[in-house]
Amino acid sequence: MLAQLLQFSFSGLTVGATYALAALGFTLIYNASHVINFAQGEFIMIGGMLAVFLVGLGVPLPFAIVLAVAVAALVGVLMEKLAIEPVGRGDTLALVIVTIGVSLVLRGAVQVWLGKGSHALPSFSGDAPILIGGAALMPQSLWVLATSAAVVVALAWFFERTLAGKAMLATAINRTAAELVGIDTDRVLRVSFALSAALGALGGILITPITLTSFDVGIMLGLKGFAAAVVGGLGSGLGAIVGGLLVGLIEAFCAGWLSSSYKDAVPFVLILFILFFLPSGLFGPKTTERV
Amino acid sequence: MRGVFKTLVGGIVLAAGIAQAALAVEPIKVGSVLSVTGAAAYLGDPELKTLQMYVKKLNAEGGLLGRPLELVHYDDGSDANKANAFAKRLVDDDKVDFIVGGTTTGSTMSMVPIVEKAGVPFMSLAGAVVVVEPVKKWVFKASTTDRIAAERVLYDMKQRGITKIALLSDTSGFGQSGRTQTLSVLAKYGVSLVADETFGTKDTDATPQLTKIRNAPGIQAIFVFGFGQGPALVTKNIRQLGIDLPVYHAHGVGSDEFIRIAGPAAEGVKALAPALMIADHLADGDPQKPVVSAYVKTYTDTWKEGVSMFGGQAHDNFFIVVDAIRRAGTTDKAKVREEIEKTSKWIGTGGEVNMSATDHMGFDLWGLRLLEVKNGVWVEAK
Repeated sequence: MLAQLLQFSFSGLTVGATYALAALGFTLIYNASHVINFAQGEFIMIGGMLAVFLVGLGVPLPFAIVLAVAVAALVGVLMEKLAIEPVGRGDTLALVIVTIGVSLVLRGAVQVWLGKGSHALPSFSGDAPILIGGAALMPQSLWVLATSAAVVVALAWFFERTLAGKAMLATAINRTAAELVGIDTDRVLRVSFALSAALGALGGILITPITLTSFDVGIMLGLKGFAAAVVGGLGSGLGAIVGGLLVGLIEAFCAGWLSSSYKDAVPFVLILFILFFLPSGLFGPKTTERV
Repeated sequence: MRGVFKTLVGGIVLAAGIAQAALAVEPIKVGSVLSVTGAAAYLGDPELKTLQMYVKKLNAEGGLLGRPLELVHYDDGSDANKANAFAKRLVDDDKVDFIVGGTTTGSTMSMVPIVEKAGVPFMSLAGAVVVVEPVKKWVFKASTTDRIAAERVLYDMKQRGITKIALLSDTSGFGQSGRTQTLSVLAKYGVSLVADETFGTKDTDATPQLTKIRNAPGIQAIFVFGFGQGPALVTKNIRQLGIDLPVYHAHGVGSDEFIRIAGPAAEGVKALAPALMIADHLADGDPQKPVVSAYVKTYTDTWKEGVSMFGGQAHDNFFIVVDAIRRAGTTDKAKVREEIEKTSKWIGTGGEVNMSATDHMGFDLWGLRLLEVKNGVWVEAK
């Protein structure tokens, strides 16, 4: 029984960590622009697919990872420059629709370029599971969890201690005020796209040895990441992490104890509950209506 | 008198010539409705490519009964409603001689009433048994079904004394139909389920389900019914959890891609596949070797991509009719239908086909090969 419990927890935490990384990406861009970037899942896919492609070309894994993350960040910047900026900042809904369009383009481009097949990466430190209390934990899961933790710490440092980070926070709180004190909010927007693309790509690479990748993995990962972000409270970094882990864990326990058929419904049912009873999510900002 | 005779002969020769010329330009019309776009595109795309390729090839070799072939094709976009309308068009407007297609079971079943009413030989490429059970006069389907796959696996389990298994099926139509068929034939082989789980085709982790399966009392083997990357992931998870049970896959994974994705975890895994998928590894004396090798060569030379069992099914169904027309010596629909029904010991990419008035599919359990991964390649299981 305990072994079973542990096994579900390991499975849930690993999957949850990837949702958390995706949710963080949503959060970053939402904060900078109030846009929900539905191309976030494609960043995850691009990271994994590029890493596979580069490793296939004979590039050593560490370089392939760095390069794939860098290219994804560049794609993020280009997306902001070519698709988001021209629309202007007025209509958030129009921007959200643009991001859906971008995601279709990215998915299609990768499909044509790298094909429809599924791909795997070798695990970073072997395939021998670590047995803890009768449950198997994959070394790659540790990589995912540790990297997610490191990313959260790094982001916290970035927002608290650096000027660029503070500028992003200021933009998130009040864009007009941020512009009035001389913050280049367009640049902030570009940086946030680059960052969230890089985060997504990193997550995508880390999970590829566990989950495989193909041109269309971004759809589900993006949706689950979005669900995690909503559950945690859109705009909250801590919320994204907790939301991601929560969604992953509940999914795993649902598959294990209830029925695996309902697993994919979990995050979306969770969204409904959250929106009914806690409209701003677990850690979202408490909004007050101005009368 | 001689003059009259000459004119008469001349007239006859002329008439014969005209008749022959008319015959020569009258093509044999091959109708097809396939799902080349949409959800079932990965099935319909190689099917259409196969038909196009062989129509062209036959024409280059002088056609059939001295007449050229003409392919009239409509893409139903994986939509059964459209398939119905297109079938009507093939029968009424295009007046085709026979129809190959209906990529999915849905499309096929929506076309059936039309071909039955019009009386056109119809070769379906769909998977489910309902297409040929009960037998419909004009409907044939020389491709394997999920029930055969289930029976083939259960047969092997019985041979090895396995009686308690876990079934892990994917949530797609393929997996769920496979699950239903497996449940329907379990008792016949004295096998019982101790766990019945599912996984999504795009799932990234199946360890919770497998943990449950591992703890199921008395479990002796795992039967995975799925298609695409999901089963490869499941295979990885099985080995990660240290589960050391025999693993059987249905006929949705028998490709080199599976081994590439699953990596070392694939070792020792058993799966069903038509001989087509192990073309390179077939023994020289194998009766299917010539047809399979020829198909693989023609397809890869023409389209520069790997073969799939679906393209192979299009090949088999198309040539069964071509051979039936050859034997009948005419494209008269009733005679062609009779000849199709008489198809026997016909070797295709999917196995040996023996049709009869009561069996419009013609495959037995042995059309699918049971393969096993040994040292990173598929070989026939002993």
